[in-house]
Amino acid sequence: MVQKTFGAPLKSREDPQMLQGESPYTADIKLPGMLHMAILRSEYAHAKIKHIDTSEALKMPGVVRVITGDDLTGKIMPLPCIWIPGGVESHFPPHPFGLPGAGDVLAKDRVRFIGDSVAAVVAETRYQAYDALAGIHIDYEPLPVVVDPEDALKEGAPLLHDAVPHNLNADWTCGDKAAADKAIAEAEVVVNLSMYNQRTINNPLEPRSAIGNYDPVTEDYTLWATTQSPHNHRFLLSVLVLGIPFNKLRVIAPTIGGSFGTKGYIYPDMALVLFLSKELERPVKWVDTRNGLMRSTVQGRDHKQHATIAGTKDGKITGLRCTSYANLGAYPSTIGPGVATALMGRSLSGPYTIENAFCEVFAVFTNIVPLGAQRGSGRAEATFLMERLVDLYAAEIGMDPAEVRRKNMVPPDQFPYDNHLGWTYDSGNYGAALERALEMVDYAHINERKAEASRRGKRLGVGIASFVAICGVGPSTRMSKEGMLGGTWESANIRVHPSGEVGITLGSKSTGQSHVTTFAQIAAEELGVDMDNIRVYHSDTQKAPYGQGTYGSRSYSVGGPAMYMAAQKIKEKIRKAAAHMFEAAEEDVVYEGGKVFVKDTPQKVKTFQEMAMALWYGWNLPAGMEPTLDETSFFDPADFNYPFGTHIAVIEIDNQTGQVDLVRYVAVNDAGPLGNPLVVNGQVEGSITHGAGQALIERAVYDEQGILLTDSFTSYAIPRSTDLPEYELDYTVTPSPHNALGVKGAGEIATVPPAAAIGNAVCDALADLGIKHIDMPFTAEKIWRVMRDAEQKKNAASNGHHV
Amino acid sequence: MQLLIFMREGTSFMKISLTVNGTQNTANVEPRILLVDFIRDTLNLTGTKLGCDTGQCGTCVIQVNGKPVKSCSMLAVQVDGCDVKTIEGVSQHGQLNTLQQSLWEKHGLQCGFCTPGMIMTLLDFLQHNEDPSEDEIRSCLEGHLCRCTGYHSVVRAVRDAVVKARQTQSADLLVGSAD
Ligand code: FES
Ligand code: FES
Repeated sequence: MVQKTFGAPLKSREDPQMLQGESPYTADIKLPGMLHMAILRSEYAHAKIKHIDTSEALKMPGVVRVITGDDLTGKIMPLPCIWIPGGVESHFPPHPFGLPGAGDVLAKDRVRFIGDSVAAVVAETRYQAYDALAGIHIDYEPLPVVVDPEDALKEGAPLLHDAVPHNLNADWTCGDKAAADKAIAEAEVVVNLSMYNQRTINNPLEPRSAIGNYDPVTEDYTLWATTQSPHNHRFLLSVLVLGIPFNKLRVIAPTIGGSFGTKGYIYPDMALVLFLSKELERPVKWVDTRNGLMRSTVQGRDHKQHATIAGTKDGKITGLRCTSYANLGAYPSTIGPGVATALMGRSLSGPYTIENAFCEVFAVFTNIVPLGAQRGSGRAEATFLMERLVDLYAAEIGMDPAEVRRKNMVPPDQFPYDNHLGWTYDSGNYGAALERALEMVDYAHINERKAEASRRGKRLGVGIASFVAICGVGPSTRMSKEGMLGGTWESANIRVHPSGEVGITLGSKSTGQSHVTTFAQIAAEELGVDMDNIRVYHSDTQKAPYGQGTYGSRSYSVGGPAMYMAAQKIKEKIRKAAAHMFEAAEEDVVYEGGKVFVKDTPQKVKTFQEMAMALWYGWNLPAGMEPTLDETSFFDPADFNYPFGTHIAVIEIDNQTGQVDLVRYVAVNDAGPLGNPLVVNGQVEGSITHGAGQALIERAVYDEQGILLTDSFTSYAIPRSTDLPEYELDYTVTPSPHNALGVKGAGEIATVPPAAAIGNAVCDALADLGIKHIDMPFTAEKIWRVMRDAEQKKNAASNGHHV
Repeated sequence: MQLLIFMREGTSFMKISLTVNGTQNTANVEPRILLVDFIRDTLNLTGTKLGCDTGQCGTCVIQVNGKPVKSCSMLAVQVDGCDVKTIEGVSQHGQLNTLQQSLWEKHGLQCGFCTPGMIMTLLDFLQHNEDPSEDEIRSCLEGHLCRCTGYHSVVRAVRDAVVKARQTQSADLLVGSAD
């Protein structure tokens, strides 16, 4: 009997190669005759380009080409945007196919943010290419800059795109405004909150990179790139940007050094290396720098929110309303506008039964780096706001925040549940996850902990964040209504070799989530084949079946079921062929544990390997059966899946310095059955760290001129090994009814609640000072100022009282 | 071909000799070339990564004369006469050492981009710390950024390696490629 592999905490098979430095990332690839490209980025957030002088650069050592926007006119199209705010009027820069455009590959007469690509140099070495950037002289005429989305909508604000009146990409809504307004007007208790969910920079450790190679004989292009959606990017780049046949472009995604959302976009450099490799008839390679990444790779979050929660005095939430200003940056990124609207707005009500809810998102262009997805995108912004509102409401009515949550959570017998903002939750037991987390943190005794901390000069705070995260994007028809211009199914292929070994191929692409292991586990389990006999292929459009790539925790929860389905086809074919060979009735033939046999006739048995060989020879097959075992499945789920959970943060604030230390972190997640708990734990730990980073230290800072002040790891902090404590993790298991494995997205869900849990904990610790809300990040300096101001106010008030 | 271009432009070169993963090398390098680029581009040892080029992320750490250094913060000419070790010199014939094995077992890596640098630092650390506490391990890793793991699994892996090395008395394996 083959051991159980689905659900086993197996080591990642991709690791030994990485551990020895042998895994090929894009920047590691060298081709014969390869040239190197460097990109000149704008120095201004908004300016007219009056003149570009490239003559000096052209004379510099090793330089073979300097290219500007004018050189591309009529030869290359602007980038497209493929996820637009659904169901509403929206405005975009132009694209010749009438699609929503996402800006020129190289800026022509105008730059709109400090990372805008203005020119590119190609030289014999990378050093020479970067040197020559200094030889390009640009005469800019600075234009007025706008960085705040509310300012950008005002009359007289500088306009970024001719085709976009008022800088407004879309005014998107969900829910029922009249119902929410009425509930709020009639409520016993109403609490308002205006806050800013700050912009963050995802900062995977590997900067982006791309290599283009054109073969003048076959006229084929090959792109190696840090892309988490190779098939999709092949389509966009060939047909919609370069204007070449789809057949002529092959995209290969080598090992990727983390993404967290950033590598699911098409960027100017991808088009440039392809275009230039054709022009120069040599491979062209581009590798970004950290500074370049900070200035040009999509960034995350960035919502200014004004919200109201309403309820009864005894803790029943009756209404929710939110107006949010999403800062899209200078151009719509490939999927940015959809992320900023639907993923945030529809997720707002979280795990609660709020019948009267409404959300409006103004998606606005400003002169900063384009917005994309950051791990947990949209859902983290929604959860932070909702969970802060729940705590404020609890404080207002004097009820324990855990009790308010308990009272309002969707009960387990109410699924599928329509959340009144557009999502239909598939399955859940939200209360169970909450209770488990409370038990783990010993919530009943938290006041004793507070008293003990206070004796040490610390303020201890505890913060709960319960969440639901829409994952598994998604049902294609539904996504089309949400504004997605493309399908969102996923695929898998299983090919059984004559030796009985198996090759499986995924349409999706890992950016560090161990796909080579976890997908093989599904095939091994279903076919009853040893893991060692399964080889996994992926990430090359010439070899892999079409797939849409990794985002929205979809690879495993959409691609995983596709793998399962392909395995069922294989088993079914084996069963039919065996019935013919055994001269038995089909219904009497069973496939189990890597063997096929006739029920009650145990001597009539064949192994998987024997059947593999038999089908490969094809000598004795039932009439009409095609030889070999080679099956592909495409899975388009009936609906999304909705993982959920409760996280609880315990923090301590140093009274003297304002330093916030996370001292305990309890996380109970439910992602359905876990295909590989070791891998999921890793995703959860990384996710929590990412979310805690936003809460405690991360913020992209732009000045009024649109200059990014945090453009290196010296000025933009991400968590280090000494910053955070070991987390306490547990899971509940509620399968999704929307796929055969019952699995739900797991890769990013734990990024959704940490900022909210920590935010609630910080506000809890400062509650006696009258502090209701503080925007992230909770840096020592900010907290120290808040505490000092509150103390001063308190003193002034008590002095006034005594006078 | 590339060399000729340099020569024509009058770039000056310096000849350096060094040992890399036990093999003697001689090369002509431009004085301004960073050590990380020399290792990756000239020596083709691409296991060493370039995550920031400003000394903050630790992905480029290698060992020079047995000490971990950030190779983006040194020039290639500075290692003239030195003994350089990169991740490629850590395990031999695909045989993982104890630390690598523990990182594997404890899922101490995901995308793997930060991993070679961490290993080069940790191997030196473990040579000088037979029984490090969790805090000591965390301090040792402070110069290494990882965006995937959240570090906890790396710390667990290091503890695991320490215990295993003691059990099997395989100190050699822990410090790398014993021959
Ligand atoms: S690349 Fe050297 S420290 Fe980041
Ligand atoms: S494993 Fe990806 S950065 Fe550490």
